[in-house]
Amino acid sequence: MKCRKCGAPAALELRRHNAAFCEPDFLEFFRNQVREAIRKHRMFTKDEQVLVAVSGGKDSLALWDVLIDEGYRTTGLYLDLGIFDYSVESKARCEKFAAARSVPLIISAVAEEVGAPVPVIQSVTRRPPCSGCGLSKRYLMNRVALEHEIPVVATGHNLDDEAATLFGSVMHWQMDALPRQSPALPSTHPKLVRRVKPLYRLSELETAAFAFMRKIDYIVEECPFAAGATSIAHKEILSRMEAASPGAKHNFLFGFLDRARPAFEQAEGVALNECARCGQVTTGTICAFCKLSDQVKRRVS
Amino acid sequence: MAGNRRVKEILRELAIVPETVLVICGDALVTADHIVRDDETIELRPVMSGGAGSMP
Repeated sequence: MKCRKCGAPAALELRRHNAAFCEPDFLEFFRNQVREAIRKHRMFTKDEQVLVAVSGGKDSLALWDVLIDEGYRTTGLYLDLGIFDYSVESKARCEKFAAARSVPLIISAVAEEVGAPVPVIQSVTRRPPCSGCGLSKRYLMNRVALEHEIPVVATGHNLDDEAATLFGSVMHWQMDALPRQSPALPSTHPKLVRRVKPLYRLSELETAAFAFMRKIDYIVEECPFAAGATSIAHKEILSRMEAASPGAKHNFLFGFLDRARPAFEQAEGVALNECARCGQVTTGTICAFCKLSDQVKRRVS
Repeated sequence: MAGNRRVKEILRELAIVPETVLVICGDALVTADHIVRDDETIELRPVMSGGAGSMP
């Protein structure tokens, strides 16, 4: 198989693009996709600080790598979930990455903020582990960005993540989730920073290949709580569709973003308040994070 | 597993969807038409992640 651009032996075949690339040309293809995502959605500029949420996995570290190379002003944020060896190893990967590139890394521990690490949150609340974890991550990413006066948080969500989330929302017709699914969410309140996903045009295979080619030392092992997660089941279904019909995931996600999403956007925005406890944004009186934290502290003490 | 076969044949035998793994031979990625010799070893590295714990 030959590289579409230069004719050299290919390292990676991208069936959805009916193309294959050698390593240098794939790296350039990857960077061009990130540039296009940032440009199209005006995600951020080179004058702004960008808080890059990193987990130690391939996607977030690949994103951070690209943004540094492109000359963006970045600060990493690692949220220590306290998930046994998985968190120890993933934190070490992030620290090593940041030190090698001399870029700042903020570390925030869920156990200190919520009152217990994710495994304890799961056992005392009886919620699915990904539920309390995702809630804590969204809350802490926003709060840390505000505390450091950083206007935008970038996450490493890729095309497969976004297609699987859309699939799950459609399967349950979650009408409130559909308008919120976007590569770039604007700030709709002074205490909400922008959230962007510069890798949304790139598949999981492509982010993994980029991380490998760039020799990024990422954690390959899966989060121990991800086994049996619904998002994994949806990804497996979509991957089988993709194998039978290359481009299926791309068409599903981009068709939604380009043609269907506007129809789901609510005519009237949701009223946003400030949490009576912590001051962060909520649609109620007390935010979900404070309720979770109260519940955990009550049960743990 | 015996070699001298193309990567795509090996993946088919293992019932692995090609786009769910990186195929690594030595220190490089190889495509589905690469013939794996008897004396070569390939690594099939899963690319799928999920759940909130491993959320990007």
